[in-house]
Amino acid sequence: MSQAAPLPRWADVALLPLINVVAAFVISGLVVLAIGEDPLAATRLLITGSLGSLYGLGYTLFYTTNFIFTGLAVAVAFQAGLFNIGGEGQAYIAGLGAALVCLHLQFLPGFILMPLGIAAATAFGAAWAVVPGYLQAKRGSHIVITTIMFNWLAATLMSYLLVSVMRLPGQMNTETPEFAAQSNVPQLNALWQALGVKVPDTPLNFSFVFALAAAFFVWRLIWRTRLGYEIRTFGASATAAVYAGISPARITIVAMAISGALAGGLAVNELMGNRHLLALEFTSGYGFVGIAVALMGRGHPFGIVLAALLFGMLYQGGAELAFEKPKISRDMIVVIQGLVVLFAGALEGLFRAPLARLLAPRRAAVAAE
Amino acid sequence: MDFDAIAFVLASGMRLSVPLLCGCLAGLWSERAGIVDIGLEGKMLGAAFGAAAVAHVTGSAWLGLLAGMFVAVALSLVHGYASIDQRGNQIVSGTAINMVAVGLTALLGNAWFHEGGRTPPLDGAARFTPLVWPGAEALHGVPVLGPIYATLISGHDALTYIAFAAVPLTWWVMYKTRFGLRLRATGENPAAVDTAGISVRRIRYASVIICGVLCGLGGAYLSVAQAAQFLIQMTAGKGFIALAALVFAKWRPLPALATCLLFGFLDAAAIRLQGVSLPGIGQVPVQAIQALPYLLTVILLAGFIGRATPPRASGVPYVKER
Repeated sequence: MSQAAPLPRWADVALLPLINVVAAFVISGLVVLAIGEDPLAATRLLITGSLGSLYGLGYTLFYTTNFIFTGLAVAVAFQAGLFNIGGEGQAYIAGLGAALVCLHLQFLPGFILMPLGIAAATAFGAAWAVVPGYLQAKRGSHIVITTIMFNWLAATLMSYLLVSVMRLPGQMNTETPEFAAQSNVPQLNALWQALGVKVPDTPLNFSFVFALAAAFFVWRLIWRTRLGYEIRTFGASATAAVYAGISPARITIVAMAISGALAGGLAVNELMGNRHLLALEFTSGYGFVGIAVALMGRGHPFGIVLAALLFGMLYQGGAELAFEKPKISRDMIVVIQGLVVLFAGALEGLFRAPLARLLAPRRAAVAAE
Repeated sequence: MDFDAIAFVLASGMRLSVPLLCGCLAGLWSERAGIVDIGLEGKMLGAAFGAAAVAHVTGSAWLGLLAGMFVAVALSLVHGYASIDQRGNQIVSGTAINMVAVGLTALLGNAWFHEGGRTPPLDGAARFTPLVWPGAEALHGVPVLGPIYATLISGHDALTYIAFAAVPLTWWVMYKTRFGLRLRATGENPAAVDTAGISVRRIRYASVIICGVLCGLGGAYLSVAQAAQFLIQMTAGKGFIALAALVFAKWRPLPALATCLLFGFLDAAAIRLQGVSLPGIGQVPVQAIQALPYLLTVILLAGFIGRATPPRASGVPYVKER
């Protein structure tokens, strides 16, 4: 078999991911057809539901915020060659950090309490990721298995705390009392209202701005700092990194800490920005979707913001779609996410060779001259 | 607690260990050939749905079992194609299968049966019911041996017996046949297998198909034997506990049986100890017992109690020529 020609850069960065995502959507469309609905009508409802109104857009961007954080978390670890599948558990434990601060330090003024809550969320998320990182670096445990186990450990721990410890006595819901009001991350709405523009009420809050800042921070970190260079080197070739004097243990632990801290952003948006309390299973799969976001965004913060926006649209549009057409329940969105992970991740090479062949004759002709 | 009660808890632990055992053996077949499988959960979920749906439509539990196996094998082949032919990332592929299974079962269940994602309840021949062995009733009165025979040996459904029979069968094929030797070699050193003129690709496909059949058994057990319908996300992490058990058993069949029984008994004990105050300890939170399989696996993997070394080539796609 002859070696397949490498793809031109534009095709590798933009065209191939696009084809992969389109493939995922085509299969999803077939699923919609199979349950007897019109995929085109469904797509139209999805787009109008997510972008067609300021209300829909607010929700879309709120969900986008969650996906930016979890997508960045997966991507940073991935740059170091680590598969952090534990974003779900890290975000869950981050919620505990935020709740402990926002519930028990209510005597503090908002401008101290809110940053402290965010710091606690990121610190708790980082800590829950550092342990598997440490175990891989120092004890040789496989990080994928350990982070999976840590997801379930987080779930059982939080279920114990919320059922038996943190819940108000006599209350039915498995959730804590409300956070101190001054700890809430303010709604973005407040900004528009101050400018005199009327915008419908949505959960969209300043965490969205934090998420964009985090994306910029990750870009700077990975491509513009010495640490980022070390992370990328270690991810590309661990042996080369060791030869270059980079400590594998240090990079593994640091990359996991950053990854876990980013996953903690989910708790900031979802709890401090919207629910204002800690509830059972508030992470509801966002951590796993981060894998899809990171794969689709090809591990680059810019791609991740775009992919997160698409997934935010799917979430909000999917809710509207399920309301209009009950047959297409929100589970459809989970199917689409899974297919994106499959095509943009595991089957990433499926269209590479045909595409390379398609683009090759021209390049070969140019080279021959 | 008298012996009857102990036998009862043991029997319930045995039943709880069946899906773990199926998942664990499935993972063993796949990983010993070098294909890492974190999609056990999704495959069992898909199988549980397929089995319950077909058992409901046809009224036959056995056809349900076949359908469950068909679904799980189909998902296995997707994983196989991605891992073997496309040389994709096996962890990513497993994650994708878990996500697709969660979404698709709920979506199709909702669209086909209009019960919010569940399938209609099964009864009669559409379900696997306990098989009472001859003399079980009569011998029940005999001390110690009576309850053991009546509740531990007799009184399970066909799938439970099949699942337990799969353990010695797996051991025999894995260690006593040529196919088993080749399969294990493929997981350790595929290049050597290739050099011997044996197709790595074919062995690995065979292994993921066997993995699918066993996942199908576990999934069908959940929805057609243990429960009498499919419920959304009814695997509830059992595929991951099976994965933990696989690591804990160090990828060997007989320790896999022991580990799955242990985890099953822990689960049964957790249910039994709910709200019970133990002398000297007080009330044990159910979650503490539920967390044990995960915690033990983490500790084992970290090398604090023995060493768990996976098959050397697991997770690495085989490239014939460089």
